[in-house]
Amino acid sequence: MTALPASTDKKLGLVIDLDTCVGCHGCVTSCKGWNTENYGVPLSDMDAYGADPSGTFLNRVFSYEVQPADKPAQTVHFPKSCLHCEDAPCVTVCPTGASYKRTEDGIVLVNEDRCIGCGLCAWACPYGARELDQAAGVMKKCTLCVDRIYNENLEEVDRVPSCVRTCPAGARHFGDLGDPDSDVSKLVAERGGFDLMPEQGTKPVNKYLPPRPKDTMETAGIPDLKPVATEAKGFLGWLDKALEKL
Amino acid sequence: MHPAPSVIIFTTFSGLGFGLLAWLGLGFPDVSGGTAFAFFFIAYALAVGGLLASTFHLGNRKNAIYAFSQWRTSWLSREGIASVMTLLVFAPYALSLIFADTALPFLGYLGSILALITVFTTSMIYTQLKTIPRWNMPLNPVLFLLYALSGGALMAGEAKVAGVLILLLTLLQVAAWKMGDDRLSSTGTDKGTATGLGSIGTVRMLESAHTARNYILDEMVHIIGRKHAQKLRMIAGILIGALPAAILLLTPAGHVTSFVALACHILGVIVGRWLFFAEAEHVVGMYYSRD
Repeated sequence: MTALPASTDKKLGLVIDLDTCVGCHGCVTSCKGWNTENYGVPLSDMDAYGADPSGTFLNRVFSYEVQPADKPAQTVHFPKSCLHCEDAPCVTVCPTGASYKRTEDGIVLVNEDRCIGCGLCAWACPYGARELDQAAGVMKKCTLCVDRIYNENLEEVDRVPSCVRTCPAGARHFGDLGDPDSDVSKLVAERGGFDLMPEQGTKPVNKYLPPRPKDTMETAGIPDLKPVATEAKGFLGWLDKALEKL
Repeated sequence: MHPAPSVIIFTTFSGLGFGLLAWLGLGFPDVSGGTAFAFFFIAYALAVGGLLASTFHLGNRKNAIYAFSQWRTSWLSREGIASVMTLLVFAPYALSLIFADTALPFLGYLGSILALITVFTTSMIYTQLKTIPRWNMPLNPVLFLLYALSGGALMAGEAKVAGVLILLLTLLQVAAWKMGDDRLSSTGTDKGTATGLGSIGTVRMLESAHTARNYILDEMVHIIGRKHAQKLRMIAGILIGALPAAILLLTPAGHVTSFVALACHILGVIVGRWLFFAEAEHVVGMYYSRD
């Protein structure tokens, strides 16, 4: 059913640290690798070796520059995937019941055996988290690696989403954001984690941690550079003046 | 939003078809036999043709039957059900007019209501989307209903009624264009809220997440053609409304004038629907904006 559950037992999700992310795209690659071989149809590429390659990804990393009013600009790498919203607008618009939010852990999933590929869920998502696979014609989205996190065939250390397991900077954290005592909830409280586009009313489960304030460098002591020569001399000076007069 | 031909054709022609059905159900025009066949054939062809066109943008048509299942939450599902119910209710009504010269007014009224409900559900597929502020306003369903009713009246041969409705439609459409221009900024969504970095300073995209285009960009970040939007609005306004209304209200009613007015109107609606999609800004564009 595409009705949203009134509440979920857990709120599994990611906490992404924008201070730590180095923008390596490792999570993007590991996500593509895991999810092309596991849950649902593969994440296809179109014209992969041609002039205009494109493909389906569940996670993408942007880079932004933020310019404070009175400080140097800073670069922020910004990974973006499904936020597993509590009020997920992508679920309720689905005409077939393919999109659903799980009561037990809050993960938003697509049942590909029901999806008609109408794309309305992608229209309803403010975050661009859903991509229609161009080969299979069904909607793909982050599954929070539902086939890893409960998978007892894997070592316990691997029972986290692929992106979290891969991140070399430790910028991605996974846990139950519905439990105020969980590590991720404490991290969010401590670092002032925030929602993306809160005005859309989607109540995202995933949180982002802001970049820590930058050191303020002592810049007052450096005098402005002065021009070493204002008047051109010699042959080139004469040539310059002669050409000016022409 | 990407102005895909399938959705433009769908909303334009199914709207006209269901609009014509709404008038036929009320007994305008009062037809029977061969004439009734002609009218219902046109109405069904437009409604069904439009609905079929809409299936061309589906990636996975084989699951289409499930689209009737989620009427509790999904406007798209409701639209599927409403459209099929409308077409089913009108079938005995039309057959009885064509073959038995008998009107079944109860079925007609029920069908007319269902036809308008169908158009309303179509409009709500777009209106419900908070992510596309230009569509997310109460005037949008009013416009869809007026488009259907005025186009339907025009095809039903109710020239004077159509003229008045089209005049009203044109005024509201112009108002909707103007109101739509402020919708995105009034939501408060910008690059700052999208990234959550607005409290630090001005946000600018340094590098996109991907060098190639992707589904999100193709589908939702359509910006080509917006530079001619003002001219196209003028053209659409004249074709949808000003010209047909003048023809219908100022010249004596006749088949030729009605046909010219209808041709103008349909062309205008197609241009208008192209603008409806092409001008609609999706908030996901904030993540990609290079401004």
